[in-house]
Amino acid sequence: MISLAETVLRGDRLALGRVLTLVENDTADGRAALEVLFPHTGQAHLVGVTGAPGTGKSSLVNRLALQFRTQNKRVAVVAVDPSSPFTGGALLGDRVRMKDLSGDTGVFIRSMASRGSIGGLAQATASMVQIFDAAGYEIIMIETVGAGQSEVDIARLAHTTLVVEAPGLGDDIQAIKAGILEIADIIVVNKADRPGVENTEKALKSMLELAHPAPRVFSHHGGTIPPTARGGSASPGEGQGAGKTDTNIWIPPVQRTIATDGTGIAELAQQIVKHGEYLRLSGDWTVRERARLESELEAALRSALMNQFHARVPEEQFGRVVDQVLERSMSPSEAVRALLNGRPK
Amino acid sequence: MVKEQSTLPEKKIRVLVAKPGLDGHDRGAKVVARALRDAGMEVIYTGLRQTPEMIAEAALQEDVDVVGLSILSGAHMALAPRIMDLLKANGQTNVKVFIGGIVPDEDIPRLMEMGIAGIYGPGASTEDIVKDIQNAVK
Repeated sequence: MISLAETVLRGDRLALGRVLTLVENDTADGRAALEVLFPHTGQAHLVGVTGAPGTGKSSLVNRLALQFRTQNKRVAVVAVDPSSPFTGGALLGDRVRMKDLSGDTGVFIRSMASRGSIGGLAQATASMVQIFDAAGYEIIMIETVGAGQSEVDIARLAHTTLVVEAPGLGDDIQAIKAGILEIADIIVVNKADRPGVENTEKALKSMLELAHPAPRVFSHHGGTIPPTARGGSASPGEGQGAGKTDTNIWIPPVQRTIATDGTGIAELAQQIVKHGEYLRLSGDWTVRERARLESELEAALRSALMNQFHARVPEEQFGRVVDQVLERSMSPSEAVRALLNGRPK
Repeated sequence: MVKEQSTLPEKKIRVLVAKPGLDGHDRGAKVVARALRDAGMEVIYTGLRQTPEMIAEAALQEDVDVVGLSILSGAHMALAPRIMDLLKANGQTNVKVFIGGIVPDEDIPRLMEMGIAGIYGPGASTEDIVKDIQNAVK
């Protein structure tokens, strides 16, 4: 019998939807499918789209997908919206802005609830992206939960991260704060027909000028992953700060768009492709892939270790240790030692 | 207090709430979507003016357990069978389809015969809808 995973590889869309659910729910069947599909991954360009709620991420994804379709690239969209912290329910509304993509079998849109994750993505997002990758989607756009200042998980997952801003959302101090702008490979000023777009653009550009053009380094284990791209003395702002490949450093370009009428979309799509080329030329593509797979592996390991631990330590023993911590007769770190050594007091 | 969310895998009921046809009034659809959300379901909302093809495609991509159709235009006898056929053609025979809106009593038996799982008119209680959906996907 042909497995569900093999059916996905043959391009069956019903099976694809099914496998995505199995993986999202972290079932044994889902994990088995991932094992079959994993060797087929590593081909797609993963494009993250993040930014504050209401900046136009979904509309932008809609337009970008149409643009990539004109180049005949198969496009998948994973759109994450928040789950309620109270009921666990969710209202996933990103499709409302993506109606134009309906009726095209070269596009597959999947909505996802964050299910309690706080980094702007859901726990299973990375695995779902792998499924799309294996299924032959060439561009996979990942739209995060409407993000504030620190939902930066997307930068770990995506090859190219777009940070979407809109006029009127903050001044130049917001722009130099740490966090979301730091992860941008491309900064998009959407709703560029709104008043104040010049100021927003100026604030973002001057932020880029303040920054030393340091190669991007992910902090990891409290340490860093050495970037391959070093040095480079490109001066930002020059030539509209457009992404350059002539030096070995990438200066995030600031691109104006109007997602509702398509202004700036072709240019934005071009910059995404250009960034992909830059990553491959500079060797950063491999560095990012390694960092991503390492953190995915670590997350999987962490949950496997937790499961192993829970299987080994009976619940009432765990409860007794919690009691002791509650009575202050044991500190949490003592408790951890006791639990790991299997010899609670 | 915010209840801590379990990180354990769990099966969530996924519902597509869709508005087929041309009527532009989606207050009812939004009320129901919100109620289902509050009942812990994951609700995908499509927005207005969807064709049956768009709805079937969204149901396929989202792998939903339930499709909820909001129809106020009176076109339910044209739209509902078309959507049922498309779902079937796509292999989604397990999807339960519910209708909310203005449906005259005499149409109800024919719709139920087509396999519609539930029909709700004005004044229906969202609690009943939630319960019926939970029972239907069990």
